[in-house]
Amino acid sequence: MFNQQMLELLGNETLASLYMTLVSTVIAYILGVPIGILLVVTAEDGIKPRPAFNQTLGAVVNVLRSVPFLILVVCVLGLTRFLVGTTIGSTAVIPPLVIAAAPFVGRLVEGSLKEIDHGVIEAAQSMGATNWQIITRVLLPESLPSLINGATIATTTILSYSAMAGALGGGGLGAVAINYGYYRYQVDVMWMAVVILVLIVQLFQVAGNKLTIASDKRRR
Amino acid sequence: MNAARRNEIITIRGLNKTFGSGDTAVTALSGIDLTIYEGEIFGIIGLSGAGKSTLVRCMNYLEKPTEGSVVIAGQPLESLAEGELLTARRNMGMIFQQFNLLMQKTALQNICFPLEIAGVSKAYAMERARELLSIVELTDKEKAYPAQLSGGQKQRVAIARALAANPKVLLCDEATSALDPTTTRSILDLLREINQKLGITIVVITHEMSVIEEICSRVAIIDNSRIAEIGSVEDIFMRPKTEIAKRLLYASGRLGEEMMGERCLRIIFDGTKTSSPVISNMVLECGAPVNILFADTKTIDGKMVGYTLVQLPENDTVVEKMKHYLDLHSVHYQEEAYHV
Repeated sequence: MFNQQMLELLGNETLASLYMTLVSTVIAYILGVPIGILLVVTAEDGIKPRPAFNQTLGAVVNVLRSVPFLILVVCVLGLTRFLVGTTIGSTAVIPPLVIAAAPFVGRLVEGSLKEIDHGVIEAAQSMGATNWQIITRVLLPESLPSLINGATIATTTILSYSAMAGALGGGGLGAVAINYGYYRYQVDVMWMAVVILVLIVQLFQVAGNKLTIASDKRRR
Repeated sequence: MNAARRNEIITIRGLNKTFGSGDTAVTALSGIDLTIYEGEIFGIIGLSGAGKSTLVRCMNYLEKPTEGSVVIAGQPLESLAEGELLTARRNMGMIFQQFNLLMQKTALQNICFPLEIAGVSKAYAMERARELLSIVELTDKEKAYPAQLSGGQKQRVAIARALAANPKVLLCDEATSALDPTTTRSILDLLREINQKLGITIVVITHEMSVIEEICSRVAIIDNSRIAEIGSVEDIFMRPKTEIAKRLLYASGRLGEEMMGERCLRIIFDGTKTSSPVISNMVLECGAPVNILFADTKTIDGKMVGYTLVQLPENDTVVEKMKHYLDLHSVHYQEEAYHV
């Protein structure tokens, strides 16, 4: 049953899954980190309080996060076609993945930055640090271990979203599991795809945990 | 030293600070006038919630006063633009109760931090940071992270960091309140040394009278958002005028309210008298016993000062006799009300 052809398929689709996940994660972080920073900085107890802006941004993030992912894929089909030129295949999954993940990443980053003790920020202010210096030299470096931990969660979540997108014409291991297991009753292929997904998640989690611990100077 | 001849480094006039607005407004500071002179160690003491932390934050505009003026080294902070204020803050180093070090940076990197912010070259920053590590006696800890240091060592790093940008003033916000008594003493010794060797003016915020007695020359007592009393530490120790000053003095000797009584007399020894047994002689002479409630001696500015709080007998004639005895031997005393 696992002939050369099948192994090749699984190998290619594993790479497709990794491609979707990693590219989406990177873009989601490029958008999500500024969102998280803005949420913290403009909060009422932030270094530049802007309550109206903060509440608006928070509401947008919440709305995007409450749309179920499969519905979101359908909602943004027009945008996907405009950006990628097609709505089928691995690359076509990236726009909805980014739109779903960026607000999530924003909240993760917000949580990490909020862990920084206010006293440390006050100390930097007492030295005459600008808000930009506080963000780049205090908030981000001090929360690095927590940010890495958050990135691990984000990556595994995006991987599972990407597998879901397989049901709507996306590529990757999710598509393999659906097409072979659900439509063709080749349950063994489906299980194989699932096992590979589990292994990838494990790998990400172990690597993420190691990096988090290695980067944290508080426990040594 | 004569304070009047010295230069003013911090001048606060008519300062008010209110948090919130309308019905929920809370007054943190009200009508504060305060002058701190160059080179002195000035104490600000009060119970928690009195407003002392807000006052020290008004000195570097971490809190903006609602009203009034703050002048630091001739520079009125209220007249400064945002960017100028950031530069002006480098004139004032600040240390905190919880140290507030960057946890992901080494001791050396922490000390370099204010210099990096000021845009100083990395090489110079490192050189200056090493110099400061030797001042605070932590040369061997330059690569240690805060998590690997004890409380006292963390505060030493914080002091070095606060001094990095060559400030004129060091603001200490409850800097020893999280430390044990031995470590507290060593940190206070270090502050005194910095004051003497580098000539930096130090403002000490604390709720402990012992800290004030240890290093301050002058002190302001903050109570209910106002300055209750201000003067030399020696004066306030020997002749406390306000209720709050007395409370803070007794708190440092752990005297409970239940030890207060009626007909109390505070007998003051200011170090000029020889060690004659004044109280014993008074008791023998007047033929009536007194009840000693509390006694304390302190070394302030190298002079031994002390007082004994005694409860006098009920007989008014004896009381008059005892006062007369003290007058005769020119021993200072002060009558205290029931609730001292």
